[in-house]
Amino acid sequence: MMALASRARRKSSSRQARLSRQAADRLGRAVVYLLLVGTSVCFLIPLFWLVTSALKPTDEIFVFPQVWIPHPAEWGNFARALTTLPFGRFAFNTLVIAGLTTLGNVFASAMVAYGFARFRFPGRRVLFLVMLATLMVPGQILLVPQFILFYKLGWINSFAPLTVPAFFGSAFYIFLIRQFFMGIPSELTDAAYIDGANEWAIFVRIYLPLSKPALTAVAVFSFQGAWNDFLAPLIYLNSQKLYTLQLGLSEFQGIFHTQWNLIMAASTVIMLPMVVIFFLAQRYFIQGILMTGVQG
Amino acid sequence: MASLHPAGRTTPTARPRRKRASLAAQRQRLFYWLISPWIFGFLAFVLGPMVFSAYLSLTRWNLLNRPAFIGLGNYQAMLRDPLFWQSLKVTTVYALISVPLTMAFGLFLAVLLNQKVRGLSLFRTIFYLPSVISGVAVAEVFMWVFNPQFGVLNVFLSYLGLHGPGWIASPNWALPALILMSLFGVGAPMIIFLAGLQNVPPALMEAASLDGASNWRRFWTVVIPLLTPTILFNLVLSIINQFQVFTQAYVMTQGGPLNSTLFYVYYLFDNAFQYLNFGYAAAMAWVLFFIVLSLTVIVLASSGRWVFYQGGE
Repeated sequence: MMALASRARRKSSSRQARLSRQAADRLGRAVVYLLLVGTSVCFLIPLFWLVTSALKPTDEIFVFPQVWIPHPAEWGNFARALTTLPFGRFAFNTLVIAGLTTLGNVFASAMVAYGFARFRFPGRRVLFLVMLATLMVPGQILLVPQFILFYKLGWINSFAPLTVPAFFGSAFYIFLIRQFFMGIPSELTDAAYIDGANEWAIFVRIYLPLSKPALTAVAVFSFQGAWNDFLAPLIYLNSQKLYTLQLGLSEFQGIFHTQWNLIMAASTVIMLPMVVIFFLAQRYFIQGILMTGVQG
Repeated sequence: MASLHPAGRTTPTARPRRKRASLAAQRQRLFYWLISPWIFGFLAFVLGPMVFSAYLSLTRWNLLNRPAFIGLGNYQAMLRDPLFWQSLKVTTVYALISVPLTMAFGLFLAVLLNQKVRGLSLFRTIFYLPSVISGVAVAEVFMWVFNPQFGVLNVFLSYLGLHGPGWIASPNWALPALILMSLFGVGAPMIIFLAGLQNVPPALMEAASLDGASNWRRFWTVVIPLLTPTILFNLVLSIINQFQVFTQAYVMTQGGPLNSTLFYVYYLFDNAFQYLNFGYAAAMAWVLFFIVLSLTVIVLASSGRWVFYQGGE
């Protein structure tokens, strides 16, 4: 009897403990969601502010108390903003620069990465280390001498300084693709080798198709980098007809410095393609960040 | 090839060896051919410019006449240049605050996301989104967010009964505003931390709970030590990045008001492309390089004391 009663008591107390632990868990999860949602709101407010400001009529920009939802939504802001300066031209220029940069980076870097991943020679290790060391060289060191180099080559005020270097590969992307190549099982290539495939065929028919995730990551990073770059176009492009979107936006702000609805409209349009690419290729962005991060 | 080595025909046993040797030579040639773009790019766009820049830093040159050799003159001028010291101060303060702040915030978000939450990918998307759209457009948005009278930040502060400061229009608040803005770049460190957290072996966590460790204690004694390699990686990366701020300074503040946001790279850019002091700008770039390099070396050298590798290396 006694034993039974004490066991029953113990059972109920353990049930109580379990219940209180469940309650604590539930409370903990509620706090986690609260923090996540709160931070998300903080992150989304600037974007919300951007889009609503872009749609505000001019008389609703500078009023107090602040108007949250523009009434009426002034869709004409977009047309006005984008026709004041030749933004179509800027978009075309940006696409050409970003497209060429991406093309060059993907192909040249993949080729060099293949060399570093597949061949073993006495000098290879040293060369690979030299390449990794260049990752540490900050862009500012190269800013002035590269400008002078391109000036002497007569490349100032052309797309060449912004695109040509990409066709020689970039240390960061070479490293990223090489890490991926190292994971491709040698059985696959041995079989192809026995079947008489040469190195070029192995590269093009086996390595490239198997490395789509890494190559896509390089492509999105390099496109994004070129799209958002400001300093290099600022230095190398002088005439307005060659401007990129970022330069155009900076000039636009100089002209309309207080017309925030128009500036926000132009900003929205310039950001939009990146947002779309991010939603389409999010997986590759994250994979790319991780492939470089894991090595740290 | 074969015609160059007629002797190869004399002994039958030498043939396969030579054939193998020539295959190796062929593969070596192929290797160098494959990596040749990088070698050329390295010489032409990295090593060559670096050597030239080292020389340039010892000259006075405005691109129009011949470079005049002045020895260490540029470096001495830097010591006497109050704007140089101001730019160094601004950049150092910015980095000293925003590096730890961004890292702590990134780790905090990663820990939240690691609690097996629903909608993980949605939250991750929201937190990473600002990193995707960097550049002038983001700078414009934040200029408007920080607008003293009509910006959304001060409107919210006024709801709380607070009178918000002038932010980027105020010499005291411009740098804090840009530090606050740097928190929106938390996406990449957060994703790297999240991956690090997901690599913590569940068995270790269970063992710690069986030993009666609370969540808080488990976090500090199990998770953080296992995460130290990731912390080291993020730390080095963000030190390098935060010393290179340019776009915000150029678009939002032009280094002002009263040089309160005169970032190092912005001042360097001004020296090169506004005042055409190419020698001085090159010298400034080398000083920056050595500052960032020594910080990185210090962090890496200290890492033996606090970084713990699971493999036991």
